[in-house]
Amino acid sequence: MHELEAVYTVWLREMIRYFRAKERILSSLAMPIFWLLVFGSSIRAPVFGGEIDYTSFIAPGVIVMTIMFTSMHSGISVIWDRELGFMKEMLVAPVSRISIVIGKSLGGATTALIQGTIILLLIFGIQNLSGEYFSGVRIDISSFLIGLPLMVLIGLGLVGIGVAIASLLDTLEGFGMIMNFVIMPMFFLSGALFPINNLPEWFRVITYIDPVTYGVESLRFVMTGFSSINVILSFTVVLAFTCSMLLVATHLFNKRS
Amino acid sequence: MGIIEVRNLTKVFNNDIRAVDSINFEIKKGEIFGFLGPNGAGKTTTINMLCTLMKPTGGGATVCGYNIIKQANEVRECIGIVFQDTTLDDQLTARENLELHGRLYGLKKSKMEKRIDEVLGLVELNDRANSIVKTFSSGMQRRLEIARGLIHYPQFLFLDEPTLGLDPQTRKHVWDYIIKLKKEREITIFLTTHYMEEADELCDRVAIIDHGKIIALDTPKNLKDGLGGDTIILDISEDDVEKAKKVFKKAKIFESQVLLSVKNAGREIKKVLEKAKKKKIEVIEANIRKPTLNDVFLNLTGRRIREEGVGLREQLKRRRMMRGH
Repeated sequence: MHELEAVYTVWLREMIRYFRAKERILSSLAMPIFWLLVFGSSIRAPVFGGEIDYTSFIAPGVIVMTIMFTSMHSGISVIWDRELGFMKEMLVAPVSRISIVIGKSLGGATTALIQGTIILLLIFGIQNLSGEYFSGVRIDISSFLIGLPLMVLIGLGLVGIGVAIASLLDTLEGFGMIMNFVIMPMFFLSGALFPINNLPEWFRVITYIDPVTYGVESLRFVMTGFSSINVILSFTVVLAFTCSMLLVATHLFNKRS
Repeated sequence: MGIIEVRNLTKVFNNDIRAVDSINFEIKKGEIFGFLGPNGAGKTTTINMLCTLMKPTGGGATVCGYNIIKQANEVRECIGIVFQDTTLDDQLTARENLELHGRLYGLKKSKMEKRIDEVLGLVELNDRANSIVKTFSSGMQRRLEIARGLIHYPQFLFLDEPTLGLDPQTRKHVWDYIIKLKKEREITIFLTTHYMEEADELCDRVAIIDHGKIIALDTPKNLKDGLGGDTIILDISEDDVEKAKKVFKKAKIFESQVLLSVKNAGREIKKVLEKAKKKKIEVIEANIRKPTLNDVFLNLTGRRIREEGVGLREQLKRRRMMRGH
């Protein structure tokens, strides 16, 4: 019972911090909006044999990108907590390490969900206004009922990566490197921006290794009804990936402290 | 039985640095117990082990009757800690920081408000309760941390260098709070410091620690009385240092300062000055000092507390390791 309260406390702190840093919310939304507008209006390639337009194709990819940056950032903020000292305050409290990791992860996933939902609503808005952009994106109850939990799941897995990395790093100095060598490649190799069916064999293998691919594919199926990978497979991979990342994160976090 | 009992507690870093070397002590309920020693002596490492943040390499301890290794959670419940470096969330308000702490310690909602107001009142921060901590001065942050450490009514409070980096006025302020705590709450307090005045002023008993070992443990008064009297300090010309070493054989000489331990300095200073004059030692200034804990430390180790025994680089290395995470 008390552990639940602890999870809630750690989560609550993440929420307070998130809503207090208004500039951060804005700046993290600027990037995906930029992507949607620039790529969405400059590239006019029909995808899936002309079934949907390119803007609709990248919409789920851009949402996953938003989730990715938000949740990995929040996982890596464990380093901040350590540097600022608040981590000690949590570690010395009569609560288990697992509760701290879970609270932290849920906090990151919640912020990712909020950010992702804002982009989703924005896409719906543009679709209604223009009638041309995002015409392939479905607006119905199912895209919310399945889409939102899916975003949480993807977010949780990625926070897990962030916490794991943070447990391995000593300082924030390595953060730029992580950005360049982990986050960016994971996004660009995921098929968020291009259909993976048309890729050369060697490239396709890489995208199959990238866990983000399955997040993008499942969200794409939920939002547009199309995907390159079988939806059951991608859902299963997302679930398995998230569970294992959380286990790895908890383990590394525990070992560190 | 003491509220804290420490037996052969040892911490070795990297297989060769014995940060804490088989120390033993007991803290009685209701007292303020001090750890006095220079930076890098092992004070913070000891606290980290006692508050379960760090596992000892050897030996063990009980805190409030609980084993620090096997019953870490129970130990954490009964202690409050104010760390040397700030551990507040500076994006949050003072009240939010206290609330989070209360929740982490399982404080009931019904009690929360009252406790928060109470501890904020104790450190006189009520009017800043809803300000973001970032806007606080370091003295205010320290006070807020003391308040936070008390909100779950711990039986035992650790204060690691509670006045480090504070100006003298704020330092006095923090001392007053600590004394008030002891009187009004009957909390047992373990504080570490490298300020001898602090140990002298606050502590019922002081353990002097150096290179990971306790080299003396007693009340400040007994420690000072043990030196056998006052000190006469002569500042002499640098050219006469060698001469002084021969003339004042029993004295301790640091750079151009001669320290003589005597029973009654007021009476004996005349004799000392005459002797110096006769031997042509130029005395620039002569002072009498009642013994301080610094003299106790000096007497035991041949060094002053502020004099850093370890090089800066070594110190930084140790610090990083001891922070632990």
